Amino acid sequence: MIQVKEVTKCYGKFKALQDIDWSIAPGEFWGVIGPNGSGKSTLLSLLSGVEAPDRGEISLAGRSLSSYGRKDLSRKLAVLQQDGLPPIAYTVREVIEMGRFAYQDWRGREKQGGAEELLQRIMKRMELEELAHRPLSNLSGGQRQRAALAKVMAQQPEIVLLDEPTTYLDIRYQMQFMDLIAGWQREEGLTVVSVMHDLNLASLYCDRLLVLNGGRIAGQGAPGDILVPETLESVFHVKSYRIPHPDSGAPQLLLRKAENIMPR
Amino acid sequence: MRNKLAGYGFIGLGLLILTLLVCVGFGSVKMPVLEIAKILLHRLPGMGHWIEPTWDTASEQIVMQVRLPRVLLGLLVGASLAVAGAAFQGVLRNPLADPFTLGVSSGSAVGAAVLIFFGWQFSLIGVFTLPVVAFLTGAATLWIVMWLARENGKIPIESLILSGVVMQSFLGAVVSFLTAMSKETVNQIMYWTMGSLSLRGWSYTAILLPYLALGGLFLWSRARSLNLFALGERQAAHSGLNVEGTKLLILLVATLMTAAAVSVSGVIGFVGLVVPHMIRLITGPDYRLIIPLSAIGGGIFMMWSDLAARSLLAPTEIPLGVVTAFVGAPFFAYLLYRKKRAREKELS
Repeated sequence: MIQVKEVTKCYGKFKALQDIDWSIAPGEFWGVIGPNGSGKSTLLSLLSGVEAPDRGEISLAGRSLSSYGRKDLSRKLAVLQQDGLPPIAYTVREVIEMGRFAYQDWRGREKQGGAEELLQRIMKRMELEELAHRPLSNLSGGQRQRAALAKVMAQQPEIVLLDEPTTYLDIRYQMQFMDLIAGWQREEGLTVVSVMHDLNLASLYCDRLLVLNGGRIAGQGAPGDILVPETLESVFHVKSYRIPHPDSGAPQLLLRKAENIMPR
Repeated sequence: MRNKLAGYGFIGLGLLILTLLVCVGFGSVKMPVLEIAKILLHRLPGMGHWIEPTWDTASEQIVMQVRLPRVLLGLLVGASLAVAGAAFQGVLRNPLADPFTLGVSSGSAVGAAVLIFFGWQFSLIGVFTLPVVAFLTGAATLWIVMWLARENGKIPIESLILSGVVMQSFLGAVVSFLTAMSKETVNQIMYWTMGSLSLRGWSYTAILLPYLALGGLFLWSRARSLNLFALGERQAAHSGLNVEGTKLLILLVATLMTAAAVSVSGVIGFVGLVVPHMIRLITGPDYRLIIPLSAIGGGIFMMWSDLAARSLLAPTEIPLGVVTAFVGAPFFAYLLYRKKRAREKELS
């Protein structure tokens, strides 16, 4: 679905990403992890086509990313930012409808019908029906992020890029949000690439993980292979224990306090 | 959306026509609204023989040659400035933006004033010289203002307005300087700084109309793009909008409409600020409604302002820019206050 070949991106003299080779197959749920400043957000912004790499190439469905027009690209690929939607005066319904922009002509009409049904279905699924006519500025952070996800769904993409989507949500909304994404991925064969802060959450939801460190790839593979105490120590400089999750056996990491670590 | 537009549009157009009739009727010789309505209807094609001319020809002369051109020009100028203001606010995501506060009006006025000072109004390309030169100087001013205000690729709301105000006072000084230098053209240049609609014939209306019609329609067709800008430029790009291209085009068209308005009426401030915000209070943030209704609202606002300008101290005329500033500057202060309150609320 997406091929990243020898991609390098610099800001001035600072090399944000170096020699990234990465291949994403359709339907996979990828988590991108790594310490702050390791290039996660830069990688996502390159995938989204907003910024172009200095060297190397990114291709989407066999075509170079730079050959897509802005609207073409938005029909294939949608992005959900960390801060979601600003607290504007538009209603939830109006904002979700903005997700259809890439399908509308200059008068706002769509070539194929069915947009109204689609919007209704999405609002029902995201439990936004009662909030439909409330302005975003009246919603809580969790509700606003749900509206942001609904807008992304209305875009009907094949790939979704998520940039730490649950940062500002409390635990309940974090889980609700990730469950919604996972459900959508299963039902529609969606490809998901998500920058993740919480490694245990990443382990629960992602099929595969990409580890970045200092702008380079420090490892990629299944969570079971990646999330081991050795990787955590070399990449994040923290010590940890690993235990299997009672539900699924997915690896979960327990962090250790410095005072409990015996000096060798 | 469509029903809302039809409803508001119907009410708006009704108010617009009523305002027009009242403003045409008001003056040194007062005329009843009904008589004016009859005179105007009589002129419409196909209506001639349905209405019996019961008025004297002097009244008709006053209406057709003196009052109507002025009132109509006010309508067009107000509509142009209000639509341009709405577009600037949308694309720059800045509630304080308007052709005046951004310095675009003053930039256009300088170009026009220089032409008049040297007597070049009709050189090069005839009646288009003035609007085109005003557009070029207005666009250059906008570019400088945005360049001055840019920090790390972003344009903070207050810096943009500050840069606009600085440019505006500098360019205003240039126009005043030209005024001081010239002997015969003083009055003509005077009105560039304060705005006026007096003694304009039908030709001015004819110059402005195409800019308003084409520019307004273009901006209306980009209303959904303006809505997307509210999400932030990055989000707008992710949603499928060609951000840089659209922004440039909208800024240029709004500048062109401003320049056309300025070159027939001089600098009239705050119209583009007050009107779109009033409309927003009624309709909400959707630019598909704000753009067309701002055109109507701007027309109404300007006709009343001009009526006040010419009748409050009659026979002395108050410069039109003074009247709009009396309304607009306090409104600007109110918007600043509201922004401050919102920020304080966010922090607490």
